Amino acid sequence: MKKAIIQVENLVTRFGDNVIHDGINIKVNEGEIYGILGKSGSGKTTLLREMIMLQEPAEGKIEIFGHNLHTLNPENLQALRRQWGILFQFGALFTSLTVAENIAVKLKEYTHISDSLIKDIIAIKLKMVGLELKTAAMYPSELSGGMVKRAAIARALAMDPKLLFLDEPTSGLDPISAEKFDDLIIQLKNLLGLTIVMVTHDIDTIFTIVDRIAVLGDKKVLAEGPIDDVAKSDHPFIREFFGGNRGSMRRRYGK
Amino acid sequence: METEINIQEGDFVAFQKTGKGLNIILSGQWIINNLPPIEKKLKKIHGLSPDIHKVNLDVSGISLIDTAGMILFIQTRLALKKKGIIVKVTRPNDEFLRMFNLIEGFKKGETLPAWQQKHIFLELFEALGRHSHEVYEGITLFFDFVGRTFYAFLQDLLHLSFRVKETTALIQKTGFTALPIIAITTFLIGIVIAFQSAFQLKQYGANIFIVEIVTIAMTRELSPIITSIVIAGRSGSSFTAQLGAMKITEELDAMSVMGFDIFRFLVLPRTIALVITLPLLIFFGDVIGIFGGMTVAKLQLGVTPASFIERLRDVFPMRHFYAGLIKGPFFAVTIATIGCFRGLQVTRDTESIGRQTTISVVNSIFMVIIIDALFSIIFTEIGI
Repeated sequence: MKKAIIQVENLVTRFGDNVIHDGINIKVNEGEIYGILGKSGSGKTTLLREMIMLQEPAEGKIEIFGHNLHTLNPENLQALRRQWGILFQFGALFTSLTVAENIAVKLKEYTHISDSLIKDIIAIKLKMVGLELKTAAMYPSELSGGMVKRAAIARALAMDPKLLFLDEPTSGLDPISAEKFDDLIIQLKNLLGLTIVMVTHDIDTIFTIVDRIAVLGDKKVLAEGPIDDVAKSDHPFIREFFGGNRGSMRRRYGK
Repeated sequence: METEINIQEGDFVAFQKTGKGLNIILSGQWIINNLPPIEKKLKKIHGLSPDIHKVNLDVSGISLIDTAGMILFIQTRLALKKKGIIVKVTRPNDEFLRMFNLIEGFKKGETLPAWQQKHIFLELFEALGRHSHEVYEGITLFFDFVGRTFYAFLQDLLHLSFRVKETTALIQKTGFTALPIIAITTFLIGIVIAFQSAFQLKQYGANIFIVEIVTIAMTRELSPIITSIVIAGRSGSSFTAQLGAMKITEELDAMSVMGFDIFRFLVLPRTIALVITLPLLIFFGDVIGIFGGMTVAKLQLGVTPASFIERLRDVFPMRHFYAGLIKGPFFAVTIATIGCFRGLQVTRDTESIGRQTTISVVNSIFMVIIIDALFSIIFTEIGI
């Protein structure tokens, strides 16, 4: 039995009268890549935001690294926040800082390492995500959408987090970069023992790198488990998602 | 939480002399939170005695290493090599090797250029040049903007198709809701003027002259200027912020793609609304300001409101009132134009909204005062 990094129990989310989640239970194990899947509006991003404490659920419990987010004191919450990296859907880079400063911001605030080391870390992270070094001095407004995403990934990886949250990581990347990004994620996961939670629609990503997925729908978790098991489910949405042209190709020809 | 943070005070680096060489034993968790003490200990390698020609880096004790740790390791190895020392790495485990290969793979090729410091004079000249160019560019863009607004105005005039709904909504927003703040400021100004003069007037027994002082000062200068400054801070800034936010969210692009001319839909309604409301607000300010003066006249000088008003009717020349009012539309065009122009100057970064809003308010207040001075010269010359 693997150690659970994230445990969500009986989670209920409401916006006014609108119920988004009605009793969500999921479990993310250490060292796995966990995908959250679902139709638009099924509350995937909301679930992610609740895990990273940007939103408070109406009911239920979220435990990360064994700590209940609801009862943790502010000091420990702060310590917890340093241990994860987050890639927002649209990057959310600080527009008044250069790319290099964006990547360095947590390093400078939270560690006391030397400038030369920070510089090398920035260079390596930029190359990891496939950005040219000249982008280091550029401002986010000077970057294309795909480059913003990569810079944001570099920033999320800056502190070598143990837990990485990705909100639609490969959307907006060209297929080649998306594939490279998938490779990178696997490599980092293996090397650093990363646990990764991602919201994604990318069927290639789901089949290539995701270990287990949860499918959200009808305010509940429709299915949770390894990808092959979930794909066999006969819920209409899951059938539709994996039975579509792109999905069935993948299933026929395997990974 | 302690188990997660992993800050341990271990012997990350140990030096061991062996004959001609040196054994550096690296151990512990080389992860980012532990790096500061490791870096500090590794500084010793810069002071190595020159007779050491061989260094053995024993990495078997490293239990965990992340990318930052590996980058530090590679930096250290390079620093040693640069000194002409033969470096051997011994007993790496699989995890270490894999991380090493990952980072080495990315290390190849270009490196980040040093953050070089420019010469102070060069920097000065560069800043000067950049600023001059920005000012020049700003002026050209501003004239372009004014031209386009005027063109849109002519078009509207030609087709008699003003955006009435937007304009009236803006009149309410910039005019009606500004009444309380205008009332308070002009009332206080009226009181202050009257107070300051009351003492002097009393000395000469010329109490009744309070009427001229308050009414002329209020209607001719104070109410127009104070009202315009308040509106520049209140509405001018909101125009800038609003248009700037619309630019960032690409709403302006969406509008122009749909064929909605932003000058007709956004800039003109704001300008026209202010042109209508500002003179009205100035008039309102006149009344409240004079009321403030009247209050002080009664309390301090014993001039009753009745005699105040009677004197006002007798001695107050209406030209002062008109001279103040006529400035309103000019101030209004200045404030609205600068406010909207600055809003469109916002770039894609969030900081520029704040910057442009500040510039917008500063510019429009400055311009209001300059135009007021011009009016004052012109009025004196033509004897108003």
